[in-house]
Formats: sequence, structure tokens, C-alpha cells
Amino acid sequence: MSKKNIQILSGTEAAALAAKLCKVEVVAAYPITPQSKIPEKLSKYVEKGELKAEFVLVESEHSALGVCISASLAGARAFTATCANGLLYMSEQVHWAAGSRVPVVMCVANRGVGAPWTILNDQQDTISQRDAGWIQLYCRNNQEILDTVIQAFIIAEELFVPIMVCFDGFVLSHTNMPVEVPDSDDIASIIPPYKPVLDITDSKHIVNINPVTFSTPRPSANGEIQPSYMGLRKRLNEALILALTTIPRVDALFEKKFNRTTGGLLWEYMVEDAEVILLSMGSLTSEAEVAADALRQNNIKAGVIGVRCYRPFPGEAIRKSLQHADYVAVFEKDISYGHEGALCSDIKSALYGTSSQPQIMGFIAGIGGKDVKARELQQATMDLIDGRITESPVWINLTV
Amino acid sequence: MNKNLRKPIWAASTLAKGEGGATGDWRSHRPVLNKEKCTVVLRNKPVCHLCWLYCPEIVISRTIPPEIDLLYCKGCGICAKECPVDAISMELEEKD
Ligand code: SF4
Ligand code: SF4
Repeated sequence: MSKKNIQILSGTEAAALAAKLCKVEVVAAYPITPQSKIPEKLSKYVEKGELKAEFVLVESEHSALGVCISASLAGARAFTATCANGLLYMSEQVHWAAGSRVPVVMCVANRGVGAPWTILNDQQDTISQRDAGWIQLYCRNNQEILDTVIQAFIIAEELFVPIMVCFDGFVLSHTNMPVEVPDSDDIASIIPPYKPVLDITDSKHIVNINPVTFSTPRPSANGEIQPSYMGLRKRLNEALILALTTIPRVDALFEKKFNRTTGGLLWEYMVEDAEVILLSMGSLTSEAEVAADALRQNNIKAGVIGVRCYRPFPGEAIRKSLQHADYVAVFEKDISYGHEGALCSDIKSALYGTSSQPQIMGFIAGIGGKDVKARELQQATMDLIDGRITESPVWINLTV
Repeated sequence: MNKNLRKPIWAASTLAKGEGGATGDWRSHRPVLNKEKCTVVLRNKPVCHLCWLYCPEIVISRTIPPEIDLLYCKGCGICAKECPVDAISMELEEKD
């Protein structure tokens, strides 16, 4: 084992460095706060000759992903990054990428969505893209950003599904933390070279990609049966379900090589004997750990679950992890307007029909950069246990 | 590729006549070639064939004279529009 290479990196720097370590071949991205430093860093790597990639300058996020889709279809490892309204401007291509089954990896430095404008953090942007057919992985800290980008390329290229690596804007993107940087040879040993589904650059076999596809299968001109539109959608869903086994396997492979884990599907903290679970996604999970420690000091058996893999949804892992819980406080930085937090609904549905029926309460926190502290999570959890909650979902620390 | 993935995983087609189905039955207008105007016929050399090049359904042959496969010709009129000497006219299909 060589000496550890620890660098002090911001979240965006960790993301860019990870893409470089994975030797991405095409980068196309449009700057948007707080993601901008990712393409900035990558363009510098390319300019200095440290990364042999095509850095494509584009006029919008829509084009950025369009370039990545084409590059990926042609056999190049492609990477992009965006957030908030940039992600939404890209949205048509977000769906197109999943339907095209391209293993593009995209970092999203989660930011609140306008109108009105905010540049600060919440997770409404990626949650709004939940049903596009991408795998969504959420990071708790900058080390996880670096590790997750690397793992994402392995997972995506095995399953032919694009992956969003989501991390909280500013909270992680602009905060410096020590990050252990793996050796690029070690990374090369766990990422096989990317092989596209078919060689579309072969001029003898010209293909028309994503033609109009009918509702029933039909033979192509050369007699092969082509799947129906609905059939292709089912295949995409099957690939995402398959990811529920691929993601933990890749994390285990990573752990064997680098001696650290991201938890695979879920990050669990003191859940074994926990009667109260604080459940969250992204950096809020780290905050919840501090709250759980404080609750334990007051003799409350608290534990934490951080949902690392939000799509596909790890229902079985959640059921297993929650089987002894009496209370589940779901803290999330998004709202499905007119209902409750999206994660909270998913947690409830995962427990449907099981014998464990803990009391589940949804808390909306940190919207548009609103500060949320561990002691507020602790208080909210106590309010749940003591039956002091009257509204649902509860908006934490809200000053109207 | 993961062996558990059901193939094909994405929609693709080859560039071939009939890939879009029997597109001839959509047609409201049919292209009709006037051999007395067509350059390749008049010069007996493959010196034009723009209709062959532009037809999106690949149903015009690169022959002298160019032949149009009406089973798949969707009647879009691109060939007629692109022909530099107006040798193709679009004529209304008779409906039963
Ligand atoms: S484009 Fe017109 S002139 Fe040229 S080959 Fe076709 S029909 Fe003939
Ligand atoms: S009208 Fe002409 S261009 Fe259009 S499909 Fe028919 S032959 Fe081809």
C-alpha cells in the first residue's frame, strides 16, 4: 500500500478530479452556480494536457447533455454537470439519455429551483427529475462525491443507465474537506474500458438510432423483431431494478480496493438497536448523525439512515433497516407540492403491508438554503416522539 | 454488458427500405416520373440521381431510369421538389 494521498478539496473539485481519474473522454457542460467550478476545473485539466478529453463548449445545458448522449453512443466516456434551472432546461435530454441507454455520469450540485431565483441549496431540482429513468445517488460529504463518481461510471457502463451524482450545493460544493484521492492506476484496475452497445461509427452498418417506435413489436427490414416502445420502457425499468444489486456489489469492490464504503444503497448509523430513526438524503444525513448522538445522550435510542440510492428505490433494504423502529422522522429538502416530501411517500410505500408499522413523519427542511442545524433535527424528533406534531408535513425552522 | 439485461436494450434501425413499415398506404399523392424530362434518361448516364439521394424512404433506385417503389413511397414529395428539371410530378391518388 502506497502512502495515502489526502487533499483538501471542495465538492466541485472532488467531482472534477474524480471525472479526470476516470479518464473521461468527452466533457460538455454549461456553467451554473454552484456547479461552475466542475467544468472550469475540467477545462483546465484538458488545456494543460493532464486529461486527454474533448471539452465541448456549448451554449446551453440542453446541448451539453445532447453532446454527451451522442459521444456516449459513439463509444466515448462522457461526463457533465449542472443543477437547478440548468437541469430543468436540460430535462428533455435527461429523459432522452435514459431512453437511449447511455452510461453518462452527471454531477448535480443541488440547488433550489426558480422562480423566484435562489442560488442556494435544496434538492427540488433532482427530485423533479426522479422519474426520468436515471439512477440517482446522493452524497453525504466530499469524499463520497469523489468515490461515487468513480463507482457511477462502473455501474452506468455495466447497466447502460445514466447516473446523477447529487450533492448539496454550497454545503458540499463550496466547502473544503480532506479527501483521500485514489491512485489513477488503482482506479483503472476497477473500471473496465467502456464498450458501447454497438459500434455506430462502423460505416458498413449505418444505424438509425431511436427511430419512431410503435406500440407493438415489429420486424426490422432485416427480419429481426424490434421491441415495442412499452417493451423498451420495461427493459429500462428492469435495468434500474438490477441496479439494486449492482450498486452494493460495486461499493463492495470499491471497499476491497480502497478500504472505505459509501454504504451502497443506504448509509446506516447506529440502526441495530434504534427505536427512533432519523432518515434523510445527502449532507443532511451527516447533520442527523450529530442529532442522533445527542439523542442517545438523553437515553433515546436513535439511529440514522441516509438514502444514498434514491432511484432505484431500495425498498427491501429500507424495510430491513426499519423493522425494529417505532418512529421514523424523514428529513428532506424537497416537497411534492400538494402532498408531502417525495422521500417520505416512498418510505411509507416501502412499509405497506409489512408487520412493522412505525409512526412516520415527514419534515421539510433547508429549502432554498435555509439553515438547518443538528439541534433542530433533534428537537423535531423529540416533537414526534412526544406527540407534539399537529401539521403534516412539518416545515422545520420556517420563518415566513 | 451485464448478461441479465434483456436485449435489444434500445431502439435502432438499419437504413433500409421498409424500416418504417408499409409507408405507401399513407400516401395521398404519388410521384410520377416523366422520362422525357429526366436527365439520366436523356443522357443515358448516371449524372443526376438527386431524387435517389434525397428520398427519405430510400425507395428510388439509382438506375436508368430511376424506379420508385410505391409500396413504401409515402408521397412526401421531396423527390419532386429536389428534381432540378421538374421531371417528377405529384399526382393525387385515386381513393376507393
Ligand atoms: S432528380 Fe430528376 S432528373 Fe435527376 S434523376 Fe431524379 S428524376 Fe431524373
Ligand atoms: S414522394 Fe418521392 S421522396 Fe417521398 S417517399 Fe416517395 S419517392 Fe421518396
